[in-house]
Amino acid sequence: MVKSSNISLHVKDFLMEVGDMTYFTSRFFKELFNKPFEFKELLRQCYNIGNRSSLLVVITGFIIGLVLTLQTRPTLMEFGAVSWMPSMVGISIVREIGPIITALVCAGRIGSGIGAELGSMRVTEQIDAMEVSGANPFKYLVVTRVLAATLMLPILVIVGDAVALFGSYLVENVKGNVSFMLYFNQVFDALEFSDIFPATIKTFFFGLAIGLVGCYKGYFCNKGTEGVGMAANSAVVVTSLMLFIIDFVAVLVTDIFYDL
Amino acid sequence: MMEQNHIEEPNVVLEVRDLHKSFGDNYVLNGFNMQLYQGENLVIMGKSGSGKSVMIKCLVGLMEADSGFISVMHNDITKLDHESLDILRREIGFLFQGSALYDSMTVRENLKFPMRWHTKKFGGEENQEKLVMEALENVGLEKAIELMPSELSGGMKRRIALARTLIMQPKIIIYDEPTSGLDPITAKEIVILMQKVQKQYNTSSLIITHDVDCARVIADRMVLLIDGVDYAVGTFAELSSSKDPKVKAFFKEEV
Ligand SMILES: Nc1ncnc2c1ncn2[C@@H]1O[C@H](COP(=O)(O)OP(=O)(O)OP(=O)(O)O)[C@@H](O)[C@H]1O
Ligand SMILES: [Mg+2]
Repeated sequence: MVKSSNISLHVKDFLMEVGDMTYFTSRFFKELFNKPFEFKELLRQCYNIGNRSSLLVVITGFIIGLVLTLQTRPTLMEFGAVSWMPSMVGISIVREIGPIITALVCAGRIGSGIGAELGSMRVTEQIDAMEVSGANPFKYLVVTRVLAATLMLPILVIVGDAVALFGSYLVENVKGNVSFMLYFNQVFDALEFSDIFPATIKTFFFGLAIGLVGCYKGYFCNKGTEGVGMAANSAVVVTSLMLFIIDFVAVLVTDIFYDL
Repeated sequence: MMEQNHIEEPNVVLEVRDLHKSFGDNYVLNGFNMQLYQGENLVIMGKSGSGKSVMIKCLVGLMEADSGFISVMHNDITKLDHESLDILRREIGFLFQGSALYDSMTVRENLKFPMRWHTKKFGGEENQEKLVMEALENVGLEKAIELMPSELSGGMKRRIALARTLIMQPKIIIYDEPTSGLDPITAKEIVILMQKVQKQYNTSSLIITHDVDCARVIADRMVLLIDGVDYAVGTFAELSSSKDPKVKAFFKEEV
């Protein structure tokens, strides 16, 4: 009895949260087109995001490229198919591994950062202070950050993809003596519009999710320093989960279009 | 409700009637009443945790009251939409207990921030810059203009926050413990500044404080918030000579 009421309580909490987040999202889209546009703040947030996460994205991208190639090589060699390496690595990185790994890294870096920043602004009453001065904190703080994340994530993913491919090329160059030109010619030959386009669209949604969840968690942070930690933490957890859900949906949708 | 609106006195700028607010089982306000007249300094005293901050947050719509009537300059704030509320808020200055400076901005940007939305009232960049300098001079912190809030002491933060509140030239100012945690000299300076502002612009002030000295100097009238209601109302002299033990407890330094 106790257990079941506990579960129903969790379900209720979960549904309430989903409802609140949906409302938050709709408010974002509504305020997005209201004047004034905070261009300066938007640029500052874009810069912050790029500055904070580009090194991380480059390092993880590079390592993923190296590891992927090193691990696949022996298997391909067994089948005498090493020459397929660039196409295979290219497709898997551009379609799936690059976007999802970059997004996960950014969820940890950007999502938690936004959650903690807005959370501490909430706790120290800075958001309240904006509100009583007749300013619109949602517009100034939330819309700029979500928009910045949405715009920056595709760029970061492209950087991550490029570095990963470069890492893969280095392995091929050392182990198989493949030239730069040859490697990348093969990569781009293998890639089609239907690989690149859905993958790029997907990354916008990844960015949107990272920004929205981070802002939502921070904006409605509970009182106390504990609350700030929890906001940052749950921003990362919820975002990571959402990234996989978005990824899954994106693959489903792409698949439907393929069949058409 | 309508009838009550009609008997509202014209020179009341802020009125609270039968305000209730609870957090779960924690009944904080249980029918609080208060009136603030044009040009007066009304001091609200109450023990820590008695709901003073909650009450003023309800006043400006930062918190929603469970029930009760709140009117700010003859507007029932519970019935206002978001835009009208924002317009009304421009006439109200609010000094937060914890200063609430924007810690990603310099002192200058902090002071300019509230003006960005009201360029009609405050004019262009040069005029705003002039107002910023003026406000900083008022609180004696011109030198801090380029500093970040993290580089300021607690007392400096409070004074900058005060400057940020005053720069909007509000008609009503709500001070949440303006002098707590300050040394007696700085506290006195702040009180003098509050008086100066009140005289200069004929603002009406709602002042929350524990500081009996501050209350004695500045209060035209006082309200004691005890057990969630307006337990006693009167001038400083009236209340400090009261026989009621609950009221007396606030003034025991006096005896
Ligand atoms: N957001 C909130 N959620 C839950 N309870 C709250 C909240 N804000 C205030 N309270 C509770 O309301 C009561 C009154 O708090 P309030 O901050 O108004 O006290 P105060 O009179 O301003 O005290 P102080 O002089 O220490 O500032 C406290 O018991 C507090 O726990
Ligand atoms: Mg308080």
